[in-house]
Amino acid sequence: MKKKIASVFLALMIAVVPCCFVSAAEQSEIDALRGTKLYVYNWGEYISDGADGSLDVNAAFEEKYGIDVIYDTYDTNEVMYSKLKGGGVSYDIVIPSDYMIERMIAEDMLQKIDFSNIPNYKYIPDQYKNLAHDPKNEYSVPYTVGMVGLIYNTTMVEQAPESWTALWDETYANSILMINNPRDAFAIAQSILGMDFNNESPVSWRVAAELLKEQKSVSPAYVNDEIFLKMESGEAALAPYFAGDFLTMKDNNPDLDFVYPKEGVNFFVDGACILKDAKNKLAAELYINFLLDPEVALANAEYICYASPHTEVYTNPEYSFYQDEILYPEEGKFKTQLFLNLDPEILALMSTLWDDVKNHVPTSGSSNYAFFFGGDSTQTVVDDGEAMTPEARQYAIYIGIFVLICLAYIIFRYARKKYRENV
Amino acid sequence: MSNRNSLKTKLVASPYIVWSVLFIIAPLIFVVYYSFTDASGAFTFENISALSKYTPTFLRSIWFGIVATLICLVIAFPLAYFISQTSEKVQRTMVMLVMLPMWMSFLIRTYSWMALLQDTGIINSLLGKIGINPIHMINTEGAVILGMVYNFLPYMILPIYTVMAKLDYSMVEACQDLGGNRLTVIRRCILPMSMPGIVSGITMVFVPSVSTFYISQKLGGGSFDLIGDVIERQFQQSYNYNLGASLSLVLMVLILISMAVMNRFSGDEEGMVI
Repeated sequence: MKKKIASVFLALMIAVVPCCFVSAAEQSEIDALRGTKLYVYNWGEYISDGADGSLDVNAAFEEKYGIDVIYDTYDTNEVMYSKLKGGGVSYDIVIPSDYMIERMIAEDMLQKIDFSNIPNYKYIPDQYKNLAHDPKNEYSVPYTVGMVGLIYNTTMVEQAPESWTALWDETYANSILMINNPRDAFAIAQSILGMDFNNESPVSWRVAAELLKEQKSVSPAYVNDEIFLKMESGEAALAPYFAGDFLTMKDNNPDLDFVYPKEGVNFFVDGACILKDAKNKLAAELYINFLLDPEVALANAEYICYASPHTEVYTNPEYSFYQDEILYPEEGKFKTQLFLNLDPEILALMSTLWDDVKNHVPTSGSSNYAFFFGGDSTQTVVDDGEAMTPEARQYAIYIGIFVLICLAYIIFRYARKKYRENV
Repeated sequence: MSNRNSLKTKLVASPYIVWSVLFIIAPLIFVVYYSFTDASGAFTFENISALSKYTPTFLRSIWFGIVATLICLVIAFPLAYFISQTSEKVQRTMVMLVMLPMWMSFLIRTYSWMALLQDTGIINSLLGKIGINPIHMINTEGAVILGMVYNFLPYMILPIYTVMAKLDYSMVEACQDLGGNRLTVIRRCILPMSMPGIVSGITMVFVPSVSTFYISQKLGGGSFDLIGDVIERQFQQSYNYNLGASLSLVLMVLILISMAVMNRFSGDEEGMVI
């Protein structure tokens, strides 16, 4: 209810408050944009859309500037990238994550933002500026930030897990979820192994892949957004996911709890960027500036439930997650690492290794468990894309038998036909 | 009738020819092109040689496809026979019941199976109420095959039923006159005559089962990778069109081979099945 009143008030404010910071000349430039179209490509459920009395950001923008917002969504960075690379689409704004921003800068897909058109950039604190993926902060404006942690169901997991290794725990076999995205899944294994998320040594990626294969013995389900359904319904005990999404899930299932594992977690920054072939750059900058408007940013932060890199939001006592321990944990409490763009060769290796992980079928004999979680074993078996696993051999035999039966039958029929013709 | 190549005939056929060149032949050429080139467009066999590591996935997909097709066949044949024996009015209702699920999105139906099969799902909570321990069903091979059978069963029933409904009943009577009992009538008369329906049913179930990816992701929990999953991942995740295309190419060839084998069953024959 509080939200509702606040948002009605907000909408009024936005409609009434004049753009006091723009000069007359700029105002006419903005007026010239009326009736133009702005194509925005963002994550799903990643903007306040007017549901439950929240502020409809796109509608408010359209009303204020008279620019039509054409809004599309994607569910992973990679899908967004493939779609843009595939051609045939043209957007003005995308909001990818850090490593994808870096990749798109490297591949010349983004253009520099004119920060003089984004006065609200002043609300972004220094700690979120000039990060490694955009060192001079020329291409992106932080939109949301967050961390991955471990969500668990307190009715199924008695003691709060401290470590990512809980996801390898046989006790919870069949009720463990794993992120179905190579980068995030590898990051979990790399945290356990104490590796850098962005290391470029192929061997270390192979070792991490072995650890992920180990996990197959607890038969994790590889899922993305089904995590909501499965955690809320109490179907699964443990799942790694984003802190902000945990807060959404907890609303529906109060038995859930959340922990940042001691080995360290991935810290991400999603930033708004303008594409190289954007047709409406000035409108895109207006839009980004609008997103940073304190009221709009607050509405988005309330809706998305992710941490906001906006001083006027997280210092606002009215904000539902004001000083929330999960969204805004004490700095330096645990290790965080940012994803950076990887060398194309490492990316290709990661993809094939991920295929191997998905294909792996656990066998009881050759466990590396002792190696990974302490023990006498001093070496790990890194096998390279096992061509014939026992499981595959079994399927091959089945199929072989089936084909043989079919062949035998065809021959039998042919012979019988010949025989009958002779009779 | 006589001059098949008249201008009129050509004109009538042209929309389809244009359509198939644009949307069937051209994409196929692209698939072949991508499978024999690398990211920079140079000719290479690398994609094809990289396929050997996907052998287990191919074998698993084919085996799942075979099992799902056989189960569909076993369910569909008696059902189609039963439907074709009823009165016309009943037939219409029954066929509609078979088609009814197809009016809903395939994705939604598969997603709801997830809710049914879960450990805390509807089936298990019902079992719990009558005092039976919950059975772990989701994320197993069985669940994936169940999903395939459920989704593709209508494609098996409909062609078999269509053939059976048009079946020349005097043949059946002749068979009975010659002293065939019920089993013989089905075995020597109805089964051979419905063979075209069975073959097209098998094709229509086997092909989507082998290449599906959504079912294995939702009901198999992503841990039973089928070849469709790998292909989807190459295009969506890894942005490796070349490997994805070569996987698709091999899958197409495999399917073509199995179809060629299948057609051996329907081709000739004057009632010589079984």
